[in-house]
Amino acid sequence: MSKKRIIVVGNGMVGHNFLATMAESEKASEFELITFSEEPRLAYDRVQLSKYFSGATAADLALTTESEYDDSGITYLKNEKVVEIDADNKTITTSTGRIEGYDKLVLATGSYPFVPPIPGKDQDHCLVYRTIEDLEAISASAEVSKTGVVVGGGLLGLEAANALKEAGLDTHVVEFAPRLMAVQLDEGGGNLLRHKIESLGVSVHTEKNTKEIVAGEECRYRMNFADGSHLETDMILFSAGIRPQDELARQFGIDVGERGGIVINDYCQTSEEDIYAIGECALWDSKIFGLVAPGYQMAKVTAAHITDTLVNLKTPELAFKGADMSTKLKLLGVDVASIGDAHGHTAGSQSFVFSDDIEEVYKRLIVSADGKKLLGAVLVGETESYGTLLQLMLNDMDIPGNPAALILPALGDEAPAGLGVTALPDTAQICSCYDVSKGDIASAVQGGCCTMGDIKGATKATTGCGGCAALTKQVMDSELAALGVEVNNDLCEHFAYTRAELADIVRVKGYGSFAEVLKGHGKGHGCEICKPTIGSILASYKNEYVLKDDLMPLQDTNDIFLGNMQKDGTYSVVPRVPGGEITPDKLIAIGEVAKEFDLYTKITGGQRIDLFGAQLHELPKIWEKLIAAGLETGHAYGKALRTVKSCVGSTWCRYGVLDSVSMAVALENRYKGLRAPHKIKFGVSGCTRECAEAQSKDIGVIATESGWNLYVCGNGGMRPRHADLFATDLDDETLIKYIDRVLMFYVRTADRLQRTSVWLENLEGGLDYLREVVVDNKLDICGELENDMTRVVGTYQCEWKTTVESPEKLKRFSHFINAAEEDNNLLYVRERGQRRPATDSERIELVELTTEKH
Amino acid sequence: MTDWTTVCSLEDLVPDTGVCALVEGKQVAVFRFGDGETVYAISNYDPFGKANVLSRGILGSVGERPVVASPLYKQHFDLSNGECLEDDAVTLEHFPVRIENGIVQVSSAA
Repeated sequence: MSKKRIIVVGNGMVGHNFLATMAESEKASEFELITFSEEPRLAYDRVQLSKYFSGATAADLALTTESEYDDSGITYLKNEKVVEIDADNKTITTSTGRIEGYDKLVLATGSYPFVPPIPGKDQDHCLVYRTIEDLEAISASAEVSKTGVVVGGGLLGLEAANALKEAGLDTHVVEFAPRLMAVQLDEGGGNLLRHKIESLGVSVHTEKNTKEIVAGEECRYRMNFADGSHLETDMILFSAGIRPQDELARQFGIDVGERGGIVINDYCQTSEEDIYAIGECALWDSKIFGLVAPGYQMAKVTAAHITDTLVNLKTPELAFKGADMSTKLKLLGVDVASIGDAHGHTAGSQSFVFSDDIEEVYKRLIVSADGKKLLGAVLVGETESYGTLLQLMLNDMDIPGNPAALILPALGDEAPAGLGVTALPDTAQICSCYDVSKGDIASAVQGGCCTMGDIKGATKATTGCGGCAALTKQVMDSELAALGVEVNNDLCEHFAYTRAELADIVRVKGYGSFAEVLKGHGKGHGCEICKPTIGSILASYKNEYVLKDDLMPLQDTNDIFLGNMQKDGTYSVVPRVPGGEITPDKLIAIGEVAKEFDLYTKITGGQRIDLFGAQLHELPKIWEKLIAAGLETGHAYGKALRTVKSCVGSTWCRYGVLDSVSMAVALENRYKGLRAPHKIKFGVSGCTRECAEAQSKDIGVIATESGWNLYVCGNGGMRPRHADLFATDLDDETLIKYIDRVLMFYVRTADRLQRTSVWLENLEGGLDYLREVVVDNKLDICGELENDMTRVVGTYQCEWKTTVESPEKLKRFSHFINAAEEDNNLLYVRERGQRRPATDSERIELVELTTEKH
Repeated sequence: MTDWTTVCSLEDLVPDTGVCALVEGKQVAVFRFGDGETVYAISNYDPFGKANVLSRGILGSVGERPVVASPLYKQHFDLSNGECLEDDAVTLEHFPVRIENGIVQVSSAA
């Protein structure tokens, strides 16, 4: 049977979501998927567009890559617009004249920005805010502008205002209605939002109807308003709402609504049964859904309908039943949320208002006539209760106790009022981006998930907008408790504490040895878990020589002989090569040592050289020579800073913006020797081409025209994770200050053997919280963190230099304490000019050969 | 009569660490458990990792049993009798060990 052909017109967020759903489904092999996009790139995250102005690149915003589509077998044609539909013959024609047949056609054409018909609107520097190309135009215009006006004070308008502010413009918002976000907020909420936004330096002009745009006197343009007033500006950004992109449907006889939008039924089918419409272009029950979550829901319904009718040949069950338009977001740094009937339009509804001018918080609840059900809410300035309120409304639950308690602040130690997550039905949707229900999280927990990282991996919950993180964690915790899983975070049988707790204990008590910690807080004799853990904590804070008599027994396999033990018990040797920069003389010295001791030599992924096969008694001799050549230990054996990888940067590269090598060398020399819960890797790139792959490192630094962008908590290896953009346009000093704080906060709070990537995923509050701690000094510990780091930096020593200078320590570096012989178990074969350990079968042959000779 | 082979002085054994001694052709891992005069001796050969490395493992306790964890794959071996805690089928040779006038000695008579 030949594959069914599905064509998707438009590759925006919803179109992509549909394709991804189809490609990941069990029946994926039954379908051929083709998508056309009039934009020059594949789907990206339009919700996060304003991040482009705080340093995110098109690649950061991308939801997929061409190679991902290639791997999923999705055919994509960019810069190619579908211009014709022939529903009778089931074909489409594109702007290049290509004709393709389909079994099912999905229209995901999205929307376009509405520009009011104002005379003068078509001039240069009059722009809209929708695509990455629009952003590029805004950026270019901002370069030659001082003042910018956003027309439209709705959700998108305020996003756009944020973008202009980030671009450094004197920013104004002009709104026709009497208040901001008129659709979502009531008067009180709108007023507070206005007040907060104005205090951030954005001027707000409400009840302004723009009559015309003419040449200005002080600025490029003057906007004349109907009330006789005017405003001068260099650029204008229209964000006065969206209109469904229904042109194609309209032209080729598919039903559209009176005010636009492609009419769909509950299965997202248009008036043509083989043509579907999803996302912002679709009109369901006379409603357009301008949010991404309902679009994703339509994508899911459509994928199910197509699969059921074409392949499974059964009656489809999943239908689109409308969607909740509640939203929670941060606009210009202000928390805003709107739930359900925010205006109290429901007959007989009553409301409760809490308004605090000092803390700048406004909350309004709309409840049913009998006061038992929640109908809607408006929250400005503080939105922590959003998850609870939303669930109360969506699940039509009775309000527990007095409704007013839901919005009153918690006083003293009293826990804030709300409902326990146990009260939620299993069907309650927790994550609307990925449609994850409470039941989904519960079954993930039953399947063995017990950390937020596990839950994210298993259900995708919280990985969209992240708004459901707190609620997801509550559900997870309550499910764990219900299962009777006592979450045992004890480090091992000797210590009933987590690593983070032990780190606090060591720091606060000022302990300097394992014996002190064990006596005060543990039992038994210790083990291979707690000893290295506490050894690492002691090293992070005291930074003493790790082979000191009372510290040596704590050191793990590699640390105890300052080398990486290989499978046959020999070691590998890695000298530090800061930033990957090395002189020819040092390179020769390494080569000579490798040759003399016949060490297998390999270039590492971290821009240095690894020498394998050194026996214990050889290690000090090898290091004596390396140290004499000016080299230092590379700590390749430690849970410590490993490498700072760099590209060559502005000194040589035609594209380099900043000197990445000098920064990498400085960073590596600053943090070398820092012991941490796990190894730490850095990358520094001299421009956004990112040749050092810094975004796959624990700490990534990328040069821009206006300073360094700092990325944190990336990882390559077993579970790759893109680093998160943490701060932008930093000078050298601030960059180092932030890295000091992030690393020391990691040292303080991470679990044993937890890389920064997993640490961040499990950190309650995530990236925002990390920023609050590191940038805003929320916990008031930045001074301590910097002092801790200063102490580590100030007490650095090359452990190998200390060791080769100590005859006492060198006694241990021989295979036998009482004989000069070497280990007779070592056997090697030569391959490609170097030696490697013999395999088991080779060993048998080699041993036989040797025996025969004798 | 037992033949004793001298390993090193007790002082050479850093508390809670081990060394490897050559005892009549056998590789023996000798451990000083704690900072007193408690010493143990078992085979230095790790049958899982197939390498002579046990003297370089971390010492500790599992319940009441004194153990060393293999530096390669972390199996635990009881220092007093050579038993592997993770695999009943594996027991290492263990050796008599004593301290005579501050000198640690091992006998190869298992």
